[in-house]
Amino acid sequence: MIGNDIIFALSVRSVRLHFLRSVLAALGIVIGVVAIASIGMMGANMTLSVTEQLSDMANKLTVTPYRGGGGGMMGGFGGGGGSSDDDAITEKEFKTIQRIVTKYGTAYTVRSESDKIEVGSDEGRATIYGLDTETMREILTVESGEYPKSTTSVVVGPTLAERLDLKIGSKIKIGDPDKGSTTTVRVVGILEERGMSMDLSTDMAIIGSDKLFVGIYGGEGEYDQVNVVVSDLNNIEMVKTAIENELNRKEDTVTVQDSSRMMESITSTVSTMTTFVMAIAGISLLVAAVSIFNVMMMSVNERVREIGILRSIGTQRAEILRMFIYEAAIIGIVGAIIGAIVSIVIGYVIVVGMIGSAEYFFAPGSIVYVPMAMTVGAGICIATGIYPAWRASNLDPIEALQNE
Amino acid sequence: MSSPVIELMDVVRVYPLPSGDVTALSGVSLRIDEGEFVAIMGPSGSGKSTLLNQIGCLDRPTSGDLSLAGKNTREMDDRELTNLRLSSIGYIFQKFNLIPLLSAYENVEYPYIMKHRKNDDTGRVRDLLAMMGIDENLSAHKPNELSGGQQQRVAIARALVNDPAILLCDEPTGNLDSQTSLQIMEILADLHRRGRTLVMVTHNPETATYADRIITIRDGQIA
Repeated sequence: MIGNDIIFALSVRSVRLHFLRSVLAALGIVIGVVAIASIGMMGANMTLSVTEQLSDMANKLTVTPYRGGGGGMMGGFGGGGGSSDDDAITEKEFKTIQRIVTKYGTAYTVRSESDKIEVGSDEGRATIYGLDTETMREILTVESGEYPKSTTSVVVGPTLAERLDLKIGSKIKIGDPDKGSTTTVRVVGILEERGMSMDLSTDMAIIGSDKLFVGIYGGEGEYDQVNVVVSDLNNIEMVKTAIENELNRKEDTVTVQDSSRMMESITSTVSTMTTFVMAIAGISLLVAAVSIFNVMMMSVNERVREIGILRSIGTQRAEILRMFIYEAAIIGIVGAIIGAIVSIVIGYVIVVGMIGSAEYFFAPGSIVYVPMAMTVGAGICIATGIYPAWRASNLDPIEALQNE
Repeated sequence: MSSPVIELMDVVRVYPLPSGDVTALSGVSLRIDEGEFVAIMGPSGSGKSTLLNQIGCLDRPTSGDLSLAGKNTREMDDRELTNLRLSSIGYIFQKFNLIPLLSAYENVEYPYIMKHRKNDDTGRVRDLLAMMGIDENLSAHKPNELSGGQQQRVAIARALVNDPAILLCDEPTGNLDSQTSLQIMEILADLHRRGRTLVMVTHNPETATYADRIITIRDGQIA
């Protein structure tokens, strides 16, 4: 229908006649669409990658010493809090947790400390974990090398290994020589990447046996954290409540966390940020709308006489209206299509640059921002064209004909 | 006896202005029969253009009745009046008024498409242009690439494309030199000889001599 529609042909020719002006107007839409789509996609990719990482731990609980206030989440995050004598989980408390959990899953202890390390001439900081050697085999995956067997051997996370150029056999000096003695350990394995996690963050960590850890930092019979793995996801709330009821009966001694709260909190933070930034990007579309309004008013004003001719030789008002709406639509749709292409490219670059992976880029939740931004962009453009088109269609033919 | 194609009964047109109402037509009654060639003359400001706009359905009378081809236009809405302009009236303007975005051929085809909702596949557009002396090469050009005389020929072809009952000419030779004016008038006279009804506004007594009847307007009334 539109293919041989002469009204549409007139709109196309008018856009082409004022090519530069139309391109500039469309550019506004392109920028707006790109801004909204790429920011939306970035937010969606962040949420998706965090959600995916965290959903691995949906069946996990962490039990940490109660530290008062509401800072529990960050305490659990990374698990690398200090192991001062005052707030630790005692052997007795661990036994209690084990007793509760035993029917539903397993529990293991985690000791952790953040400390200065030295590899050759490189210095840095890392989290040092102390884990039971049996536990290590169950929960960690070694990519190359083997699990530690002696009290001087450790495995390291892949990020740390890369950063400090650690290989199997490398020596690491743990501890600050200014403050006391240092311990030298040997790398026997490098772990697989594990990503951000609430129970253990091993990518940037050194993991050794409990004996090694106690040998350096002391704290026999005290743990920084107890991790619980529940075999059936449906029991997670029940186990959580049971541990809380048992250990926090008299006073709060532990904090029990599941990943859902953390997930909710991160997702909502990301989505709030994304919405806010997208609203700012929306302003660019508003500016584009003003520029298109201007172009459309110019187009109407310089074609008053032509409108008069068209009306006098038998063109209906509705057809004049259609002609100018088409003109706005052509600018809007062309702008939106170019914007979509550009935003896929730019969005991809931003997502890879900021998140480091484009794994979720083409996921429906992410790519949906492209058609969404296109619709908003083209829609705003067409809506902006309505008033100028209405004005054109309501011109008096006689007055319009007299226009020079 | 031939039937009236145009019939005006006591047509009054008043333009309401803040400085006071201006009466452009004060009670014009006129009957034009099929096949007539009528020239409307009068000094500027006499109301002859207003009268032509009334007949051309571009404007409505403040009071009085206008019938075109037996149909009273009083109760017609804008849509119906536009359809009447499309199908029953052919307009020829002093300034040619071709659409700059369309080629000569497309300008002639435009009213055809508007009426029939499809491109001309009967060859009518081509034939009309040929009849007006516009060959295929010229008809591909845009109006601004044509001379005044050529543009007016295209405009006449456009006015004829939907085979209207009435041709309205508003100073058709006003923007042309005397040589070209003569050619255009010959074309109009030829159309008249073939039975077309023409109404022409002019202030040039020479062009008026082509008409069967001359109506003079003075102060909004037929003198």
